[in-house]
Amino acid sequence: MSVYLDYNATAPIRPEALAAMTGALAEPGNASSVHGPGRRARRLIEAARAQVAALAGADPAWVTFTSGGTEANNLALGGLPARRILVSAGEHDSVLQAVPQAGRIGLTPDGTVDLDALAAALKDTPDNTLVSVMLANNETGVIQPVEAAVALAQAAGAWVHCDAVQAAGKVPLDMASLGVDLLTLSAHKLGGPPGAGALLARPDLPLNPLLQGGGQERRRRAGTENLAGIAGFGAAAETALEDLPRLQKLDELRDHFEREIKILAPDVRVFGASVPRLPNTACVALAGLPAETQLMALDLAGVAVSSGAACSSGKVQPSHVLTAMGASPDEAGAAIRVSLGWASVPEDIDCLLAAWGDLYRRSRAA
Amino acid sequence: MAQDADNKARPDGVQQDGANRRAPGIYLDNQATTPTDPRVVEAMLPFFTERFGNPHSAGHAFGWDAEEAVEKGRGQLAALIGATGREVILTSGATESNNLAIKGAARFHRQRRPHVVTLATEHKCVLESARALEREGHRVDILPVQPDGLVDLDLLAATVSEETAVVSIMAVNNEIGVIQPLAEISAICHDKGAYFHCDGAQALGKIPLDVAALGIDLMSISGHKFYGPKGIGALYVRRRPRVRLEPLIDGGGQERGLRSGTLPTPLCVGLGAAAEIAAAEMAVETARISALKTRLLEGITERLSGVALNGHAELRVAGNLNLAFEGVDAEALMRALPRLAVSSGSACTSTAVEPSYVLQALGLEEARARGSIRSAIGRFNSEAEIDQAVEALAGAVARLREEGSAAAQ
Repeated sequence: MSVYLDYNATAPIRPEALAAMTGALAEPGNASSVHGPGRRARRLIEAARAQVAALAGADPAWVTFTSGGTEANNLALGGLPARRILVSAGEHDSVLQAVPQAGRIGLTPDGTVDLDALAAALKDTPDNTLVSVMLANNETGVIQPVEAAVALAQAAGAWVHCDAVQAAGKVPLDMASLGVDLLTLSAHKLGGPPGAGALLARPDLPLNPLLQGGGQERRRRAGTENLAGIAGFGAAAETALEDLPRLQKLDELRDHFEREIKILAPDVRVFGASVPRLPNTACVALAGLPAETQLMALDLAGVAVSSGAACSSGKVQPSHVLTAMGASPDEAGAAIRVSLGWASVPEDIDCLLAAWGDLYRRSRAA
Repeated sequence: MAQDADNKARPDGVQQDGANRRAPGIYLDNQATTPTDPRVVEAMLPFFTERFGNPHSAGHAFGWDAEEAVEKGRGQLAALIGATGREVILTSGATESNNLAIKGAARFHRQRRPHVVTLATEHKCVLESARALEREGHRVDILPVQPDGLVDLDLLAATVSEETAVVSIMAVNNEIGVIQPLAEISAICHDKGAYFHCDGAQALGKIPLDVAALGIDLMSISGHKFYGPKGIGALYVRRRPRVRLEPLIDGGGQERGLRSGTLPTPLCVGLGAAAEIAAAEMAVETARISALKTRLLEGITERLSGVALNGHAELRVAGNLNLAFEGVDAEALMRALPRLAVSSGSACTSTAVEPSYVLQALGLEEARARGSIRSAIGRFNSEAEIDQAVEALAGAVARLREEGSAAAQ
């Protein structure tokens, strides 16, 4: 196995993050202890908090470290005393399953949240309504009109949560100008370690903790801090911010892939092609060529891509995102996701195209 | 971060030469957290770097490789507690496991069993979970303990009823180290059909914990309390008869739907490696640590009078010494010993200047509670360190007592 094109599932760790973690793993202390080792651990955590805040254009005091994006989304959606919750139908499962009772706002065929439907749902909504719209979709990379959603929500007096797990480090991120009240980040999607994430939230929000205990993280998240994970997250966030101009240019490679695959097979559909997308993500389908067949053939050729979101890969069911965009079960079942990242090189796409071309020709011959 | 480069060469964090900015010191706070064993770090590292796949990626070899590593770690942990891998739910740590076990069991059974029982000396995250349930309308009994820190079994038996969903009692106390009679507690719970949840965070790797033999239905585990990494833990959930829980964290449906979220492969590997080391070395290590503890206690009591042990004298974990120094304030003592990492209470509450609620629950006078220090000896402590700690502690206590009596005159 050599070619990894599944960065939206997880990214290999950045060397800067690994160095920070190796240092932190050598620290014996608990950050809540008052002795020297405890205070050294505390300093590492506060430095990381500032680095993570900087990536999102937020104040360090807004950052609550969690075990990852899923926990942060559960904390955001379960922690506020919301009387009504509205979520976009394309949200990650960690949003949809955290609040199964939430109202779902559909997607347009291009993969963006339907703002007219959101406006209609917000009409006469009670106080303490919470709206959750992700910044970019994990399967299609489609960037959501979060600022427009915020404008609608604010007019209705609603809070807004934004899952920025896939967008962070790939497009500029500024929580203040987005105007959202809560924002979710994950370390391992941007070259940090798995097992660390954060919920950024205004300190004055009435956010109840999901995990209760020792009162860590300003009483928003109990539990001994994952020191090495947090240090690695901080370093990855800082590096990702510095590396952002380079990652924003991954769309050249991605567009090259989409052009070439359409030359191989003109009937390939590219999801979300008509709207702004993350520079690293391509979601393509050729009706009649099942995703499982493609994944198997590509894996044999040493190329790793995915079908849909990693966590639901175990279940064989069509993607809820593509279905919400109006894709038929056949089309959704044929979709593969190619996602690039900080260590991707043009040869990775060459290998993918060669392997996919072989598969396509075999399928036509059969 | 600037200091990382010089730390890199010393993954154990213990044998430090004091170069650069790191002050040399003696770490006797192994119940707050333990240094990660270098063998654990070594096992983890490849899964941060070249074997970085998402274990839930079912479509390619990177994912399968990670999944296999996670399952190996799960199996190593299961073997240490006499469980099967299918009974181990991986979490972010013992705080999450305790929240999941107590809230999850109580909420699942809220209709027919609205009652929860725990002890006044449990960890904060157990007590806070119980209080949260109380606010939701559950009936909660937080029972007092005996002066030696042990549960009163008669009182427990009189409290647990057919309405009790879960009884949460820790195996080993984090402050005073006493070991609770787990098999007896289990019998009382099962007599009434209640689940027995045991917070095993301070016990795992230190005393044998066989969930089948002890009759434990739910057990919380923390990686960093037994030389594994921080950020990982587990909840043992019995399958036969099946224990039912409501999840706390929903999403991709990982961990049999009980705990969603991408599993951190390197941390799962580290947890497994720590478990395997504990299984192989626990007996020898316990004897060694026990001897160090005796050396520390005898050294201190030979040099000082007015020293008392908090908690049961025999039924306690090998590394723990919780000592009250008459006429001394623990905070002042800790300030006088900057090179000695000990604590006056549990780490999460140690920024607060209240006397320990655990010591208060033993019925100790406030002055004795305020004069108590917890030393927790661990895998990487040496005899020489214990001897230095004895000298430092005895000297500091004597000085503080002199200052105190001079001030009194």
